[in-house]
Amino acid sequence: MSTIVNCSRRNFLKASLLAGGGLIVGVHIPGLNGSAKAAQQGISTFVPNAFLRIAKDGSVTVIGNHSEMGQGAYTSGAMTIAEELDADWTKIRVEPAPVDPAYNHPIYGVQITGGSTSTWSEWDRLRKAGAAARQMLLAAAAQTWNVDPSTCRTGNGQVIHTNSQRRLSYGELVEKAATLTPPQNVTLKDPKDFKIIGKAIKRLDTPDKTNGKAVFGLDVNVPGMLVAVVARPPVFGGQLKNFNADKAKAVPGVRYVVEIERGVAVVADGFWPAKLGREALEIVWDEGPRASLDSRTQREEYAGLAKKTGVVAKNEGEAVSALSKASKKLEAIYDLPYLAHATMEPMNCVADVRADSCEIWVGTQFQSGDRDAAARDTGLKPEQVKLHTTLLGGGFGRRSPLDSHVVREAVQISKTVKVPVKVVWTREDDMRGGYYRPRAYHTVSAGLDGNGKPVAWQQRIVCQSIFVGTPFEPAVVKNGVEETAVEGAADLPYDIPNLLVEWHQAPDGVPVFILRSVGHSHTAFVVETFVDELAHAAGKDPFEFRNALLGKHPRHKRVLEFVAEKAGWGKAMSNGRGRGLAVHESFGSYVAQVAEVSISKDRGLRVHRVVCAVDCGPVVNPDIVRAQMEGGIVFGLTAALYGEITFEKGRVRQGNFHDYPMLRMHEMPQIEVHIVPSEDKMGGAGEVGVPPVAPAVANAVFALTSKRIRRLPIRMTDAI
Amino acid sequence: MISFIVNKQRVNLDVDPATPLLWVLRENLGLTGTKYGCGMAQCGACTVHLNGEAVRSCVAPVSRAAGKEVTTIEGLSRDLSHPLQRAWIAEDVPQCGYCQSGQLMSAAVLLREKPRPTDEDIDGAMTGNICRCGTYQRIRRAIHLAAQLKAQGGVK
Repeated sequence: MSTIVNCSRRNFLKASLLAGGGLIVGVHIPGLNGSAKAAQQGISTFVPNAFLRIAKDGSVTVIGNHSEMGQGAYTSGAMTIAEELDADWTKIRVEPAPVDPAYNHPIYGVQITGGSTSTWSEWDRLRKAGAAARQMLLAAAAQTWNVDPSTCRTGNGQVIHTNSQRRLSYGELVEKAATLTPPQNVTLKDPKDFKIIGKAIKRLDTPDKTNGKAVFGLDVNVPGMLVAVVARPPVFGGQLKNFNADKAKAVPGVRYVVEIERGVAVVADGFWPAKLGREALEIVWDEGPRASLDSRTQREEYAGLAKKTGVVAKNEGEAVSALSKASKKLEAIYDLPYLAHATMEPMNCVADVRADSCEIWVGTQFQSGDRDAAARDTGLKPEQVKLHTTLLGGGFGRRSPLDSHVVREAVQISKTVKVPVKVVWTREDDMRGGYYRPRAYHTVSAGLDGNGKPVAWQQRIVCQSIFVGTPFEPAVVKNGVEETAVEGAADLPYDIPNLLVEWHQAPDGVPVFILRSVGHSHTAFVVETFVDELAHAAGKDPFEFRNALLGKHPRHKRVLEFVAEKAGWGKAMSNGRGRGLAVHESFGSYVAQVAEVSISKDRGLRVHRVVCAVDCGPVVNPDIVRAQMEGGIVFGLTAALYGEITFEKGRVRQGNFHDYPMLRMHEMPQIEVHIVPSEDKMGGAGEVGVPPVAPAVANAVFALTSKRIRRLPIRMTDAI
Repeated sequence: MISFIVNKQRVNLDVDPATPLLWVLRENLGLTGTKYGCGMAQCGACTVHLNGEAVRSCVAPVSRAAGKEVTTIEGLSRDLSHPLQRAWIAEDVPQCGYCQSGQLMSAAVLLREKPRPTDEDIDGAMTGNICRCGTYQRIRRAIHLAAQLKAQGGVK
């Protein structure tokens, strides 16, 4: 793995992201080298830097280094470049970047998409990339006309000589611009002059996603390709003992049955014979030490750990003694389950391994990791591995596993059978294939003084680590505490003078990984339902109670006040509905939500309306931000109402959408998203809508039934 | 040999008749717009029209298509002119986009049966189609918009 710079998210956010308007700034945009150059070489094309090229017909191709998984990264990145380029938006297209250091994440230092960073982390670099190209085109026109560049301007894909009104299109300037040296300094626009950034421009990928043309990994077909389905151990960590492939090989269409690191691959002419072949395999597994894993005994194990002192993540004041002196003390225990990403497109990868090359097609969030893993498995040099990033049929973190296991399966099979191979995971393979959001067990206590003001908060979190033992450990694990386990709790925004947050690393149970909003997906639930509980114990309105404690956090306060007003907080509810509130910061953005629910024994729990206010700083495309809030709310609601992966005899009990349900159309609440105008630091959008919705719904349930929800998914027996 | 019509073209295929129609469309005919999501008629990503009815092609053996007419997303229109496609673009419905072929094919049957669908009609017709990105609200809006576009006759 390449160098990884400090990837603590909070540290990134301290960096100044917003170059001021009209400022002249230095340019250090990667040029082209290696594979990037090879991919972009062409005659009569102007390639000012690694992020765009302009053809003679005026078409502008933006190179997308952040994978498009639905979050709109291709469109918002292109908008950022097009703005400073003064491009004609109708001539913009995006193509995925090859693997090259030029496309490494500006903060993570590897080529990866994640952490809700695609827009803000590239803001500077893409603006400069566009501005540098614009400056070169302008210089090319000035040279052509033999006039001073200062007498020329640009607009809508053209350079205009102001006095004479002569015009040259960018396409016409390609050849001359290609001979110029990229500038050392560029002038960035004053945001008040933005014509593209800030507009609800239609996504570039929508047309192809409405006519079947969009190519996802599963849609890739290369000549001579076979399809593989892999039998993997039924228990995580299990090993292959032996197998008999006779019956599998007898299935018409099955060509090969081969052993790979993770199991036995059945390689056939198509998916169906491969799947039938796998069903016909006779395999004996050594199930290993996790064959006794059971969610119920695991709960006891976690509960035992939570009774002991953990590693301190945050310690301010004297929480323990303040708690003992408090006039009112509240305690609660929370148990939040493993969650599966359940991307609509199951995992897959195409690999074509040859003696001196390896070509890969995959919808991945982690190009450089996958490329390096393929190089290791094939014994080839990284530059002999060519990886094509397709569209991703959902990511949510599932497509960036640090072990590149999906890619490695395809590479190992293709290397063995010596033909191009597409590995396809079935839905069940995917649901039972691991890399879940860790199960999280929290104990929390808080104390109120005689005036109902909180004086102490003590929280203990038990969950598996995601990054210990990986190359990211030095960046994510500080003083023995993994940030992803305590984020959203250790940085409690409420003004409580005595705060103690501890973490216990739960024993390795199953493969866990980042899932949309990561630690915030459980910490926000605990913090925001427990704060609500404190408000009621203090006899205060949940909005007023929070608001009074957010004096040091103006951005929290602003979205909270905004959402309360838009949702009509405090106004009488009709139709037997109740309201609940939550506010949470994650990935540099601030989101507050109010949920309106109804509940009855026969009709169950219904979420009717969710009002959402988001402050993510300056916005590139407000409609994409709105879409991400809508999607985040549905994602969080699905987890709140249904999400649960459980184990029995080491096996995942769920397998498909009938027992791991998703929110569906008839359950969809009305969602209203309000983007709070903000000139503060830019934050993320992809994940930040998720954390507040589950606590908002649980708090609304309390408003109706006076029952506190302490485990997810919400069970009717807990809610009524 | 199984013979049927796909997007107005006749095809003759020598395939195992038990193979789900989904995989024949995707692998034998190269029509990859129809997606695999669950393999058990739970998610609707594989929805196609069989003689005009919405079916889950992941559980329909190809033999069921024999002698019939299949329409896939590629056959909905040649040029994005179907009112649903226009509405999908106007509302910027898709996020990852993987489920949208199935959503559109389910919605197309709804719109034919009920030119002015109510929210309840939409719930009924679209509940079998999962969208993990959570685009349901936009799908609902787009179906209503498509109904308007169709009623206005503004469809070329």
